[in-house]
Amino acid sequence: MREVVLPRVGTVAAWRREARALAQDGVPAEAVLWSRGEGAQDLFAGARPVAAPREARRLSLPKAAIQTIETALCHSDPERFARAYRLILRLSAREVMWGDRADRDVRTLLEQAKAVGRDIHKMHAFVRFREVEGEGERRAFAAWFEHDHPCLERGAPFFAKRFGDMDWVIATPDLTARFTDGTLRFEETKAPERPPEDATEELWRTYYASIFNPARVMVKAMCAEMPRKYWKNLPEAELIPSLIDGAEARVRAMAEAQPAMVPDRRALALRDHAARVLAKPGADGPVAALAADLQGCTRCDLCRHATQVVPGEGPKEAALMIVGEQPGDHEDLKGRPFVGPAGQVFDRAAALAGVERSAAFVTNAVKHFKFLARGRRRIHQRPDAGEVEACRWWLDLERELVKPRVILAMGATAAEALTGSGKHIARRRGRAELLEDGTEMLLTWHPSYILRLQDKAAQARAEAELVSDLALARSLSEAGR
Amino acid sequence: MAKRTLSEKLAILSDAAKYDASCASSGGERRDSRDGKGLGSSGGSGICHAYAPDGRCISLLKILMTNFCIYDCAYCINRASSRVERARFSVEEVVHLTVEFYRRNYIEGLFLSSGIIRSPDDTMADMVRIARKLRQEEGFRGYIHLKTIPDASQELIDEAGKYADRLSINIEMPTETSLKELAPEKNAVGIRKSMADVRLRREESRTGKSWRGKRPARFAPAGQSTQVIVGADTANDRTILTQSSDLYASYGLSRVYYSAFSPIPDPARALPLKPAPLKREHRLYQADWLLRFYDFGVEEIGGTSGMLDLDVDPKTAWALEHREFFPVDVNRAPREALLRVPGFGTKTVGRLLAARRRGLVRYEHLKAMGAVMKNAQPFIVAGGWSPRGMLETEHLRARFAPPPEQMALF
Repeated sequence: MREVVLPRVGTVAAWRREARALAQDGVPAEAVLWSRGEGAQDLFAGARPVAAPREARRLSLPKAAIQTIETALCHSDPERFARAYRLILRLSAREVMWGDRADRDVRTLLEQAKAVGRDIHKMHAFVRFREVEGEGERRAFAAWFEHDHPCLERGAPFFAKRFGDMDWVIATPDLTARFTDGTLRFEETKAPERPPEDATEELWRTYYASIFNPARVMVKAMCAEMPRKYWKNLPEAELIPSLIDGAEARVRAMAEAQPAMVPDRRALALRDHAARVLAKPGADGPVAALAADLQGCTRCDLCRHATQVVPGEGPKEAALMIVGEQPGDHEDLKGRPFVGPAGQVFDRAAALAGVERSAAFVTNAVKHFKFLARGRRRIHQRPDAGEVEACRWWLDLERELVKPRVILAMGATAAEALTGSGKHIARRRGRAELLEDGTEMLLTWHPSYILRLQDKAAQARAEAELVSDLALARSLSEAGR
Repeated sequence: MAKRTLSEKLAILSDAAKYDASCASSGGERRDSRDGKGLGSSGGSGICHAYAPDGRCISLLKILMTNFCIYDCAYCINRASSRVERARFSVEEVVHLTVEFYRRNYIEGLFLSSGIIRSPDDTMADMVRIARKLRQEEGFRGYIHLKTIPDASQELIDEAGKYADRLSINIEMPTETSLKELAPEKNAVGIRKSMADVRLRREESRTGKSWRGKRPARFAPAGQSTQVIVGADTANDRTILTQSSDLYASYGLSRVYYSAFSPIPDPARALPLKPAPLKREHRLYQADWLLRFYDFGVEEIGGTSGMLDLDVDPKTAWALEHREFFPVDVNRAPREALLRVPGFGTKTVGRLLAARRRGLVRYEHLKAMGAVMKNAQPFIVAGGWSPRGMLETEHLRARFAPPPEQMALF
């Protein structure tokens, strides 16, 4: 039996030398006892032939095999030297084909080479340098790394290629690699040297925490690629538990914050448009300027049938805005709001309530007349939700421009345009509602509804209610003046 | 506004960059710094230096130069109307961070993107300045990925390609209509044109031969890539994959990245509130692989609905729908047929073809070759193995799909 003790530094090269010599001597695989480590300084001390040499063997191996075998020799399995020697003898004797995974030695060796390859890859990934005091002009860095397999010698040349302009040390429990002035040396590690903290690590942790997306937590995927055993030497790893714990709360906070903060594009564009009108009001003031913008509106199909658009009218400083449904037959012809029969009802009620019409801003939810042509008559049609939505743009612009204290909505359509719902007018009227932007809104009957009522008593009651709502709107708009 | 510290800027500008999926640092020119005059190396396969708890790898310092932006793309956290905190790095700060992180082996290089400030040309010029300083003054030989800005001038793109390993421009949406809707300032034709330009430049720059006999491109040697956001509009998987296969074919892209739309803080109203399932993103990547390495056609993927099956991977889904194609005899079938077997990857097939020359391939050999036998079993015939009735059973799908779950009662 021959005993071969390989040195800790230069293990693979020593194995290659020994294996070649043993094969030359014709020593069979089972007659060698391989080990690595103690007493390795005196290389050839115990290497006296014990059994009589058999026939000398010439080694001939495929090129790919040599690379892979040398990688596999960096595995931690104590059997690796014997297996590799056995395999090269068998390969040379053509007892087995290289790459034949059906053979157990080949398969184990390929698997071990893969494991070592992975370990080296992880070393390239997870070594973390810390800057230390340098001796010469070159900056100096040091790292402590713990690997599964003694593969530093195979993995370190990568760092020499990458960090050619600095001096560095990588210490592992097994060996230490020192790169000084362009030369790479290895030595046995005497005591673990962990370099002190580095200020840049704090920046790195900041980056690590910020690049993490809490909306997609996949801890399993992370641990598969960055197993926990490496964490203790990674400066960023200490953040992981808190990042995972906090993720759910952050996502929830994101979801809850959504309704409150929607600076949607429409609102922005609206503010833009209003600002433009205010900036260049023209000769007749901003209200007229907005009315001019309104002329060309084709936001819905109503413009194709109506005579003209009917913009709101009133002073820009009005504290009270009154919103009706849409222009009627007369309004469409004259181009002014509330001038037909319904307008007369409105004027009468306003006078009773003490509302000065010229001081309020009077407008409609929809600015074009919608009708059904029947012979020589135009029959009023209620605007549908799409038309109300399309025209809300202009109503919102008027609100943006006038910024009234109180809005009086007359009828379901106006309520729909302002609050999104035109239901339950009877129940909602007479009480103030708060709009999204904080403006107070009152709901009341539409004057044409009063006109349509057949029952005289009901008509009188509704008209009285309209008057009282108008009066309430007036007093609210004057409050705090 | 008070001046922000480097750390605050880093937090804001890396937070803003995290919605870009790409982190590849592979391919490209082989460089190293053995000569002791520079810093860094690249070429070969990239390295993932860390993983975040979201399962994504961290290989590059992925930051925005600035998150101020004059564009208003609905899906983007940095759009003009968003109320996120804004910050801007100086050229020196980006260079400092890249070099210091690189020296400590935290990263493979830099992935620099930016919001658009002032004009596309101004923005691109600043980004090019960063890349130039890294390469020329710092002797940086690591990986640089620059996002090109739509509508930047040709000279700037040319210079960017000289310093960067990879250039990319995001196509963002699967269809032109949704791009118009969600990113009104961007235009699909402009994006495609700039991809076409990069391809042309790359082809022009292929002079000389590498030791492998290939002609490497000097211009953006690691190629170009793009990203599509999945689930922000209504496009189905086939539409998305059709666009990808067009892009691969037309502009020789290295990768198309799929990013499942995830809700961003301060979202625009035009967006869905719910995130797209991450599974969908995963299935799209699988399908993308089938297109590129497994000779599948777009029309073969996704069944009749045009959506990928979330329960079963696309290759298995195809196999379940085309049972007449199976079983495949591993000892006789051509490469194309072997590639269609669930559980066989390209490596397994390569090993299998090599092993066939040595003799009969038996069932137990296949596992050693890396095949996933649990998936392959019903679809193959091998030495000592026949699936018998397995292929015909109605329950075959149940072998692959996750077990049905009881719906929550409350």
